[in-house]
Amino acid sequence: MRQAINRLAEGGRIDRTERLSFRFDDEIMYGHPGDTLASALLANGVRLVGRSFKYHRPRGLMAAGGEESNGLVRLRQGGRAEPNVRATEIVLFDGLVAESQNRWPSLRFDLGALNDRLSPLFPAGFYYKTFMWPANLWPSYEAVIRRMAGLGKAAKSGDPDRYEKKYAHCDVLVVGAGPAGLAAALWAGRTGARVILADEGTELGGALLGNGQQIDGRPGTAWVAGIEAELAKAANVRLLPRTTVGGYYDHNALTLLERVADHLSKPDQGQPRQRLWQVRAKQVVLATGALERPMVLANNDRPGVMGAGAVQTYINRYGVRPGRRAVLFTNNDSAYRVALDLAQAGVEVPAIVDLRAQAPLGWRAELDRFGIEVMADRAVLGVAGRNAVTGVQIGKLNAAGNGVVPGLARRIECDLLCLSGGWTPSLHLLSQSGARLRWDGTPGCFLPGEAHQAVRVVGAANGDFMLQDCLTLGAGAGKSAANDAGHQHRGRGPRKPVAAVEADPTPPRPIWSIPGPGRDGRKSGGKAFVDFQSDVTAADLRLAAREGYHSIEHVKRYTTVGMGTDQGRTSNINALGIVADALDVAIPQVGHTTFRPPFSPVTFGALAGGQTGPLLDPARRTPMHGWHQANGAVFEPVGQWHRPYYYPKAGEDMAAAVNRETLAARTSLGLMDATTLGKIDIRGPDAAEFLNRIYINGWKSLAVGGCRYGLMLGEDGMVFDDGVTARLAEDHFHMTTTTGNAAHVHDWLENWLQTEWPDLAVYCTSCTEQWAVAALCGPNARRLMASLCPGFDLSAEAFPHMTWQTVAIPGVLEGLEARIFRIGFTGELSFEINVPAGHGLALWEALMAAGEKYGITPFGTEAMHVLRAEVGFIIVGQETDGTTTPDDLGMGRMVSSKKDFLGKRSLSRSDTMRQDRPQLVGLLTDDPGHRVPEGAQLIAGNNPAPPQRGLGHVTSSYHSPNLDRTFALALLQGGRGRHGETIHIAYDGRAVPAQVTAPRFLDPGEAAK
Amino acid sequence: MLLLQCPWCGDRSEEEFACGGEGDIVRPLVPEELDDRAWGDYVFMRRNEKGIHFERWRHAHGCGRWFNVARSTVTHEILASYQVGDDRPELPE
Amino acid sequence: MWQTEGMAKYSIFALGRNALQRHRHWPRAWRSPAPRPSYDAIIVGGGGHGLATAYYLAKQHGMNNVAVLEKGWIGGGNTGRNTTIVRSNYLNPESAAIYDHALNLWEGLSQELNFNVMYSPRGVINLAHDHHEARELHRRIYANQLAGVDAEWVTPAQLSELCPILNLDPNMRYPILGGTLQRRGGVARHDAVAWGYARAADGLGVDIIQNCQVTGFTMRQGRIEGVQTSQGDIGAARVGVVAAGHSSVLATMAGLRLPLESHPLQALVSEPVKPIMPTVVMSNKVHGYMSQSDKGELVIGAGIDGYSSYAQRGSLPVIEETIRAVVELFPITSRLKMMRQWAGIVDICPDASPIISATPVAGLYFNCGWGTGGFKATPGSGHLFAHTLAKGEAHSLNAPFALERFYSGALVAEHGAAAVAH
Repeated sequence: MRQAINRLAEGGRIDRTERLSFRFDDEIMYGHPGDTLASALLANGVRLVGRSFKYHRPRGLMAAGGEESNGLVRLRQGGRAEPNVRATEIVLFDGLVAESQNRWPSLRFDLGALNDRLSPLFPAGFYYKTFMWPANLWPSYEAVIRRMAGLGKAAKSGDPDRYEKKYAHCDVLVVGAGPAGLAAALWAGRTGARVILADEGTELGGALLGNGQQIDGRPGTAWVAGIEAELAKAANVRLLPRTTVGGYYDHNALTLLERVADHLSKPDQGQPRQRLWQVRAKQVVLATGALERPMVLANNDRPGVMGAGAVQTYINRYGVRPGRRAVLFTNNDSAYRVALDLAQAGVEVPAIVDLRAQAPLGWRAELDRFGIEVMADRAVLGVAGRNAVTGVQIGKLNAAGNGVVPGLARRIECDLLCLSGGWTPSLHLLSQSGARLRWDGTPGCFLPGEAHQAVRVVGAANGDFMLQDCLTLGAGAGKSAANDAGHQHRGRGPRKPVAAVEADPTPPRPIWSIPGPGRDGRKSGGKAFVDFQSDVTAADLRLAAREGYHSIEHVKRYTTVGMGTDQGRTSNINALGIVADALDVAIPQVGHTTFRPPFSPVTFGALAGGQTGPLLDPARRTPMHGWHQANGAVFEPVGQWHRPYYYPKAGEDMAAAVNRETLAARTSLGLMDATTLGKIDIRGPDAAEFLNRIYINGWKSLAVGGCRYGLMLGEDGMVFDDGVTARLAEDHFHMTTTTGNAAHVHDWLENWLQTEWPDLAVYCTSCTEQWAVAALCGPNARRLMASLCPGFDLSAEAFPHMTWQTVAIPGVLEGLEARIFRIGFTGELSFEINVPAGHGLALWEALMAAGEKYGITPFGTEAMHVLRAEVGFIIVGQETDGTTTPDDLGMGRMVSSKKDFLGKRSLSRSDTMRQDRPQLVGLLTDDPGHRVPEGAQLIAGNNPAPPQRGLGHVTSSYHSPNLDRTFALALLQGGRGRHGETIHIAYDGRAVPAQVTAPRFLDPGEAAK
Repeated sequence: MLLLQCPWCGDRSEEEFACGGEGDIVRPLVPEELDDRAWGDYVFMRRNEKGIHFERWRHAHGCGRWFNVARSTVTHEILASYQVGDDRPELPE
Repeated sequence: MWQTEGMAKYSIFALGRNALQRHRHWPRAWRSPAPRPSYDAIIVGGGGHGLATAYYLAKQHGMNNVAVLEKGWIGGGNTGRNTTIVRSNYLNPESAAIYDHALNLWEGLSQELNFNVMYSPRGVINLAHDHHEARELHRRIYANQLAGVDAEWVTPAQLSELCPILNLDPNMRYPILGGTLQRRGGVARHDAVAWGYARAADGLGVDIIQNCQVTGFTMRQGRIEGVQTSQGDIGAARVGVVAAGHSSVLATMAGLRLPLESHPLQALVSEPVKPIMPTVVMSNKVHGYMSQSDKGELVIGAGIDGYSSYAQRGSLPVIEETIRAVVELFPITSRLKMMRQWAGIVDICPDASPIISATPVAGLYFNCGWGTGGFKATPGSGHLFAHTLAKGEAHSLNAPFALERFYSGALVAEHGAAAVAH
């Protein structure tokens, strides 16, 4: 078993008294609470953690935070397996299991590494230049490429965990709990403003957790603890550790991903795994810090090459020494403190290699104490070792930094190379907010430009790299943000923290790519990586520039630089610098690529939240739903509703059940749940005028107590809904709509009422859910109604077709009356009984009981479709498709000539007046047993061979037990003039002959009266 | 995610609203008098402004009211919200 | 296959030869010329459609004195922002014809351009989640069969073979009843399409001028005479505008109005994973569509934002809705992560069909209105627009797509229930 050979005896924020076991690939190791997987692996001396994307080169950890691009692992197993997790962000828990990725058969021996040998054939964009011959082999090439690409493996089964969403408002959202963010939160919080402080780390403190800096004469971590204690007590401040702010959208809306239970082996009972916050902040303070860039030099990807700041964090925060003998290579001051921390941790530090001609003087005494040589005006030109660093080659660059001065080469043995290529402020969120960034050549980075939203940037993110500036300016930003959100300090603010004095920095020397160690820098000496995760080298970027891909967006897309899971956090600036050099222009002329949300990848599950499975779109059910279920109904989704499709009896298939239901409705008595039809209560003195403008037919003449069928059109003249509307009173109508269109129709009515005709006094109220509707139909319908409503005159004279009445139903509705409409959709004698929804089930059961002697048969939507089609009633959305006019449906006579209505003018355009438009017809196949599929095409001849233009299509097709044959409805070009003709119905290579008929197969006649 | 100002309910998030597109399109009083071109212009043609767009929104999951908004289609900044029937407000430069 | 002097042909041999020279001698894929005072034709918009138009003008109509003016970088608009789906199974015969014309060109495009555009006919599936959708999709299949476009119905059992990670649980909220499959449909590499056409057009003498924004049109007596740009005035007797997202802005410069609204269309990719998704799956009811790139990212198309915008940024609710659909349809994606989201600005047209049309200004033509699905049409659109520009009249395939249809009423409605207009 491995020993924790690199664990320091003391120091760090880990609990050495408790051991946590974990497995990485096949090895079991131990770490401690406070570790990340990355720190635990380093402590155990593990260097090789992954294989690179394209060349499968051996890779080790480079960073200690979210910018890690090599140490991606597959975490957990089974349904909880998650690919591409950064080891630096995995909080160690007991029993953790992680696997390395993108290697086969094993991490140490990976056949894919052959790619590295063949790499001269794989420059940037190589795939655009080859794999073209023979053309039909591309899919085979592609299959190989696809297998080689990709990173980790997805889980093989569904996710057992739960996710949550939370919505919040606040006065000040502070992003980042380093020194600047903590100061901002404290100052804002003291005003009483509602503050949210979010940080992606498990602990607050940011860089202070790892860099050993002092505040107010004590360790920075002690200062953090004090602030945290105060903030935790404040009722107006919410602390969100383990929470990454990922998206900055319009109007100060930000998304936060809180990793609620990712630090546990699995969520506790009832706990979500992650929670996605959407926060609307009056003011935002971004204290997002800065990321250290690596240096671009030959073989800078060997395991053992790390960021200097990361090394410092591993020592100070995790008590891990990542190597035994370290060389530092820097172009700025920050590596000097790291060298001392390394030396104090017992790591041998032979040299700091500094690109600058003048090394900073401040550290001289301490460096001398540890015998650390400072090699100014020198560069690390290359790295030796394959699976681990074994040494570095050092030389002197010429003044331009693009060549090596011969004769000064030197080699130093080491197992750790710490790189500091300067600091890049983390401005992803600021950029997402719409702000521009401006290039500042002195620190060599982009800094915040003009903001477009209510946002401030403080600390290292703002280019303020000195701790005192972070504290002072952070506090100021917190205070002014709270002020702008309407909160003022009462009395004095908190005492200003004072950081230990730092020497003024010596300016960095940005050299974006270190020339290779060969003569004149011509021999590359190995690949110099810019984007480690996408395996993009400096040579790739230069190739892109050479080939004319000059826009930085072209470079990015051609080389894939910055397109990995780290979104180029460490590579973007180096890439820009190299491209600018290649094009011989300044960096601002190259510009930068746009930052896209999210800053850090967000779990799909968290984006979906709780709205999955049945809650994806909660199903609407009628009050009778339970009865339908209990009686074996098969349901179909219609709009958001679940409607009974048919009610099979034991041994019945769908066809048999539908036949039985259809026959029953025509020969005795059928009952359908029609609750789902849209219902809108329309009221007001101008209600009739309003309907006149909405429907194609006239409404003013409709008597109170009467019902009328109406069609409504869009302004384009096309049918978009239909239904029967009843006049309840002079100023009161009850409109019905199709099930799926109810909300749309209501919106449509409101749109015209509110915006175009506000002078009309009309009010529309949806009452779909307020009424349960049982549609009773069949020759025995009146007899059954009579038994239910004794004494009520149900005769055709007293209660004729297309009228409605309020009726008492004793025993079912005590003290209430039903609205009964003498309307139907089947052509049979029908009563649509509307009762308050709470009484729907009682009504249904009463009807079923009373109807037993007539063999009352509940029927579903399919039988309803057959019944209505037999008598030629259309269904909007089936006989129409958004291109159908009233005349196309044979309802041209309904169109009122006496008034204007919505869409009327469109009916007289040249195309809508054509005589050969598709028109509704009936079709009877020559073979009465042949049921053609809906959607089948109509053709003139009997040859279905393509290509040819069809004449129309079948809209509905059924078997009718009443006709004892199949029949269909169709839209056929010029169809009304073709009755009696034979056409062919084409589908699946067949051409089925059929006769064109009128679109009505049974005459409702007197039966319905 | 836009923050819209319903003149009746106050500031609410975009998800409560439905956008009705370009505002101030007046339905012709006597459509029959329009030729096909004028009618087609009314039904289909749009200004599709890049810049300040005067548009209609409905507080669909709220009070249900339609109202007018002046919004930049470039920055998404909302310059004014006002009731149906109100005149276009003076916009800040 | 063509070859132009001075232009290195791409091949495995060229790759090998250049490898020996450390790739120091690859020529530029296209020049960056300064604009000439005038051209025979100017294409406004350096996306895939515009570059293809220029290529076919030079290749098929002998018009080599042509410039493509791009306000930013070529392929930087919707060409570089879409989800790369290619298919032709549209409902109306007019639509099926134009998209199938494009599909035929896709099939030989890498060889035609000597640039691997990675057209990958891995099949496109449209799911049906209720009987209404199933009926509409069947109608489309039968219409496609008649039009000669490959289309077939696939059952849930077949779907589990074609896309094993699909959720076929009959108890899901909107169970999958089956779907359509177009086997010739698939995906292509979007950037490569722009670059391939640019390189090939450049090789035929076309000037591709980037960072050149058109600020106005020079017109006299109802005729176009040229364009005003950020790089000066340029003359041309024929100007074709192919500037999706900004079509209305350019139309306004010419005093025209279009039936378009510009909306953000959103998309996202996951982190790269090993292959799990062998085909393209689209769902209309549970709104979302997904494929997997050759790099391993899941490429997911979301919806459009409901408001008009030119900002190339969208709102999160659109993404949330799509991810809900994706997790519902593909449960194993729940623990995968969204790596990047973005938006393109698309021309939304009332009938969800394009406009390839002359205008009341003689010599000025517009190619726009492709809505959410223009990428798939790129080669066909360019080919037909080149014909229209060169001949001064529409090709029979794009004749139904003239602006006139909004006045006659002869729309080509493709937004019907199941005809997903993506």
